[in-house]
Amino acid sequence: MSKQINVALIGNPNTGKTSVFNALTGLNQKVGNYPGITVDKKQGICKLPRGVKAHIIDLPGTYSLNASSLDENVVIELLLNKNDKDFPDVAVVVTDVENLKRNLLLFTQIKDLEIPTILVINMSDRMAYKGISLDIAHLEEQLKTKIALISTRKNTGISELKELITNYKALSTEPCMNAASIDKDYFTALQKAFPNQLLYKLWLVITQDVNFGKTNRQTIEAVSDFKTKSKADLKRLQQKETIKRYQFINNVLKKGRTIDLASAKDLRIRLDRILTHKVWGYLIFGLILLLIFQAIYDWAQVPMEFIDGAFASLSNWTKNVLPDGAFTDLIAEGVIPGLGGIVIFIPQIAFLFLFIAILEESGYMSRVVFLMDRIMRRFGLSGKSVVPLISGTACAIPAVMATRNIESWKERLITILVTPFTTCSARLPVYLIIIALVIPEGRFLGLSYQALTLMLLYLIGFGAAVGSAYVLSKVLKIKSRSFLVIEMPNYKLPLFKNVAITVIEKTKTFVFEAGKIILAISIVLWFLASYGPGEQFNNAETIVQQANPNLTEEVLNDRVAEHKLEHSYIGIIGKSIEPVIQPLGYDWKIGIGLVTSFAAREVFVGTLATIYSIGSATEIDDEDEAMSTIKNRMAEEVYSDGSKVFTLSSGISLLLFYAFAMQCMSTLAIVKRETNSWKWPIYQLVIMTGIAYFIALTAFQILK
Amino acid sequence: MTLADLKRGQQGIITDVSSSHIPLKLLEMGCLPGNTVELVQVAPFADPMYLNINGSHLAIRKETAVHILIEFEDE
Repeated sequence: MSKQINVALIGNPNTGKTSVFNALTGLNQKVGNYPGITVDKKQGICKLPRGVKAHIIDLPGTYSLNASSLDENVVIELLLNKNDKDFPDVAVVVTDVENLKRNLLLFTQIKDLEIPTILVINMSDRMAYKGISLDIAHLEEQLKTKIALISTRKNTGISELKELITNYKALSTEPCMNAASIDKDYFTALQKAFPNQLLYKLWLVITQDVNFGKTNRQTIEAVSDFKTKSKADLKRLQQKETIKRYQFINNVLKKGRTIDLASAKDLRIRLDRILTHKVWGYLIFGLILLLIFQAIYDWAQVPMEFIDGAFASLSNWTKNVLPDGAFTDLIAEGVIPGLGGIVIFIPQIAFLFLFIAILEESGYMSRVVFLMDRIMRRFGLSGKSVVPLISGTACAIPAVMATRNIESWKERLITILVTPFTTCSARLPVYLIIIALVIPEGRFLGLSYQALTLMLLYLIGFGAAVGSAYVLSKVLKIKSRSFLVIEMPNYKLPLFKNVAITVIEKTKTFVFEAGKIILAISIVLWFLASYGPGEQFNNAETIVQQANPNLTEEVLNDRVAEHKLEHSYIGIIGKSIEPVIQPLGYDWKIGIGLVTSFAAREVFVGTLATIYSIGSATEIDDEDEAMSTIKNRMAEEVYSDGSKVFTLSSGISLLLFYAFAMQCMSTLAIVKRETNSWKWPIYQLVIMTGIAYFIALTAFQILK
Repeated sequence: MTLADLKRGQQGIITDVSSSHIPLKLLEMGCLPGNTVELVQVAPFADPMYLNINGSHLAIRKETAVHILIEFEDE
């Protein structure tokens, strides 16, 4: 195997870094996680000239090496750790021609780490439009680097960039700025104490709160004859460093870049006049939200029904083709419906990611943050909490991950804690079946009661999120300075390739991550429902037959199945929690649904389907019929005294329980990873479920 | 006067930033003494504020803006 060149792509957000990554690697990429944290690690392989291959890492976007978030830490940890297997042979810094000055700040920092660095100036197609001209030779000389002037939109300059990467050994490693010029005395002392270390690296180690090879920072602080400075002093020095760097950059650009303002045109101003307007801005945002909901809940129905049907026939087909036995049952009743339960969410998730990708790529998302910040702050959230709360209507897992760019820890934590209240797509199947069951048909002002109920449940979810955020902001005693700094990038037409890759990658991640859990649960569930301890389960047939000697075979089979279920492991669990859930209006079968829902809500409908269809003598081919069969069976469920199980009161109680309860292991696992402690997910589980229990109890007791 | 006193469409020059109240990130995005700043747009209640600092477009909250001192450009 020939040697691969390790390439790190680094750059400010909104510079088209990901487009460069996509242009270099195509679909030849994979997204993983950095060990221990959930920051996406994107890497890919790129074929270079003369048979050389490059291993490319797309590092999270950052404005500088002074990390203020998890994502940014990843960049600095990699660049400071020579022993990391991904440590770059060459760094490729991506900049945007329109924001060159600000983008070069990061470039000079990386140069000062003496890593061979290529400067990519992207969006060169905008130069004429903006009246910008560059003296590349001058810039290359001043910045001691090679420059690739590219346009990912027009697909120009990529082969030149590949050529530069192949010849990375020819790059100069001379720094741009002498770190010692920040503060002479301090840095002389520092160098004296650590004569063998790169000065700028030492400086970064001192100022950053990250692990670099773990011992580094402590070693510095342990040296007695070297005095470190107070935090405030260090920050003052960092400010001085920033000023010095800008002085250097200004000097370089004075000769290297000319801007003819007369020929510059600005679409931004015209668009922002409307999109960030006090009235129109909110109106347009509202319309966009409506469009997203419409897509998720209406357009997605078509492929979802198709998937649902396909899995049902696959399950039947398996049953017919494979020989009868426990293994076939496991496949046909456990694994396939379990897989179907995951795949069915793909259309909704894909639609959501499609919209989010378009909104982010186009630059509109920053405007939403701008519009919403003040309103959200009233509830202890940040403008940046809007994105997670919207994403939460599809799935809380990506939503919790989308909180990472919120600077204030308190605002971020609150956002993480309340996001699971928003009505995620997993609640939808539960809502739909129960609404169909207990809410009467009829119309109010032309809107059906059922649709109104569904809308109300969404409002309850959002209200619960915002309301509890307000309470948390008053209750949580976390000192965390809240501030907002957000770049308002240029508007851009989203690149189809970028959007498509985002949708594919994110959906894939969701399917595999959530899929593993849902699949495992359905197998366990199937097992617990199919086996049981003792006489009652194993001799069910004889027992039922003796108790009811005069039944027809069909009815007998149903009775036996029910008896078996009642005495299976899952039945025992359901029975044992019955006293707790009875005041809410549920019987032990719903109890089983509740228990399995703690793995994931969408399991509820599947569980009921399993419970009510196990042993059902009738073969069901048509999916609509299957749904209505489950519905009919649920509607026919009665207690031993003949009263119905599913009534308006127990149905509403159940709906409210699902609206508030924390029933998603995957979300809890993500919250644990994002907050780095079990404390918060456990609070979430206990408090949300407590609220759910209390509200469902109140509703049932009032309505019954 | 501070940045929070600017009206929409007005320009000023940053004279001083109080570093203990300003996140480093803001400085790195170009909010430094000597740079020109323009108030592009404000959200309701003039908060947050959408700025153009030497070609760098960003939004900050009013509570941060009051810690950035400015003066009007000499015409």
